[in-house]
Amino acid sequence: MLKKRIIPCLDVDRGRVVKGVNFVDLIDAGDPVEQAKIYNSEGADELCFLDITASSDDRETLFEVVKKTAENCFIPLTVGGGVRTIDDISRLLHHGADKVSINTAAVENIDLVAKAAKKYGSSTIVIAVDAKKNGDKSWNIFTHGGRKPTDIDALEYCIEVANLGAGEILLTSMDRDGTKIGFDNELLSTVSSSIDIPVIASGGVGNLEHFVEGVLKGGASALLAASIFHFGEYSIKDVKTYLAEQNIAVRI
Amino acid sequence: MKLVIINYGSGNLHSVHKAFEAVNNNLENPYEIIVTNTPSEILKADKIVLPGVGAFQDCKNAIHKIDGLFESLKQVVIGEKKAFMGICVGMQLLAEKSLEFGECEGFGWIPGEVIKIEAPADYKIPHMGWNEVTFRNHELLNNISQNTDFYFVHSYYFRTQKNENCIATTKYPNPITAAVLKENIFGTQFHPEKSHNNGKQIITNFLEWEPS
Repeated sequence: MLKKRIIPCLDVDRGRVVKGVNFVDLIDAGDPVEQAKIYNSEGADELCFLDITASSDDRETLFEVVKKTAENCFIPLTVGGGVRTIDDISRLLHHGADKVSINTAAVENIDLVAKAAKKYGSSTIVIAVDAKKNGDKSWNIFTHGGRKPTDIDALEYCIEVANLGAGEILLTSMDRDGTKIGFDNELLSTVSSSIDIPVIASGGVGNLEHFVEGVLKGGASALLAASIFHFGEYSIKDVKTYLAEQNIAVRI
Repeated sequence: MKLVIINYGSGNLHSVHKAFEAVNNNLENPYEIIVTNTPSEILKADKIVLPGVGAFQDCKNAIHKIDGLFESLKQVVIGEKKAFMGICVGMQLLAEKSLEFGECEGFGWIPGEVIKIEAPADYKIPHMGWNEVTFRNHELLNNISQNTDFYFVHSYYFRTQKNENCIATTKYPNPITAAVLKENIFGTQFHPEKSHNNGKQIITNFLEWEPS
C-alpha cells in the first residue's frame, strides 16, 4: 500500500534555518544540513526546504545547502522559495533538488507551470499555494510569501495548475500556519477531492491527532510540518508510530 | 572497472550520481564512476546506468540528439552484454513502445509497452511516494526483505510481455512492474537513489552483480 508521507520542512534564510509564526517573527534555530541529516536518519519520507532569503545576492548560500544536503540525504528533497524561471529550476535540480516548488511565479505567469512540467516532468514540479479563507468553502490565494493578497480562488487555481501538469500541490493554510490548532481540513478536502494529483497538507499542525485528521478528514497524501519537529516536540518516529496505531499506512 | 552514468540532461542525474558515489566509496574495489555522454567513453564502460525523469518521448529525443550516444549504448549493452541499470524513465525506455503523449518507440530491449497506470478514481496519479515491493529472488535483490518500501513517482508503467522479465512488483491497487530483468539488463521503476538505505542496497547489489 502507498504510504502517507511525513515531510519535515525547513525554512532557510541566508543558509540558516528559521521558522515563522504566521509568516513573521522569525526565530533562528540551526544548520539546515545538520537538521536534514537528523530527519533523514529519523525516517522522514522526504525533506522540504523553503528559501525565504529576501535578497537575490544571498541566494548562492541556498545552492550550497542543497548540494550538501543531497550528498548526505538519500530521500527526495523539494526546494522552493524565490523560484521564478526555468533557469532557477534547472539550477536547483543541478545542485541536487529532486523537486522544485513554485509559488508566486506560477500565479504571475501560469505558462511557467506547463513549461516546467514539460521540461522536467510533472513529478518534479510542486505548486505551492498559500490560501486564506474568504467565506464558506471559499479561499483566496496569496503570493510573495503570504504578503500579497489576490482575488484568485484557491480551488480553481489548484484545478488549473493540475491540468497544466503540476505533479503535486503543497497547500498551506495561512489562517492556520503557526497556530498549532490543526490543518485546515476543509480546505484540504475541498482541493484534494477535486484534483487527481497528490496534495501535501501544510500549516497548523500542533499535535499527533492533527496528522491523523489531515489524512482522514483532509484527504492529504502527505503531511508537512516545521516547528513541531524542529523544536523537538515530536520526532518523526512519534508521528509515524501514532499514525500506524490509527491504521494509517506509513513507512516505519 | 568503469561505471558510466549516462548524462543526457536528466533531472535526477545528480541524485543518481551522488547515491552511486556514496555506495561506491564503501566498496572494497570501488569503480571509477564517470558521468558522460561521449560515445568513446561509453564504449569503455564495464557497467552502465541510465537515469531518467520526465516524459518518455523527451528522454528518448534527448538521447538521440547526442551523436552516437544510442549506438554506443547498444554496442555495450546488447553487443557486449555489459551490466545495465535503468532507473524510472531510464527503465521504461527499454520497452518496445510507450503510449505516453501518443505512441513513441523505445529501445525494444525488453518486450512490452509503457502504459498509463489504471487505478480507481480515489487513487492519486502520479503514483508518488513509498510503496511496498515484492520480488522473485535474485542477487540484485540480495539483503532486501519482501514488502520493503521504495520511493516511486510515475504515471506510466512498463507492462512486460513476458512474466519472466518482471522480477518485482508493487500494488496501486493493481500490480505495477517495479523492476525488470533480462539477462544483463536491469531496471527499476522506483528510485533507488531516493530510497534511503534499501535503495543503497539495490545499488550495492548492482555494483556487485556479474551477469552470466
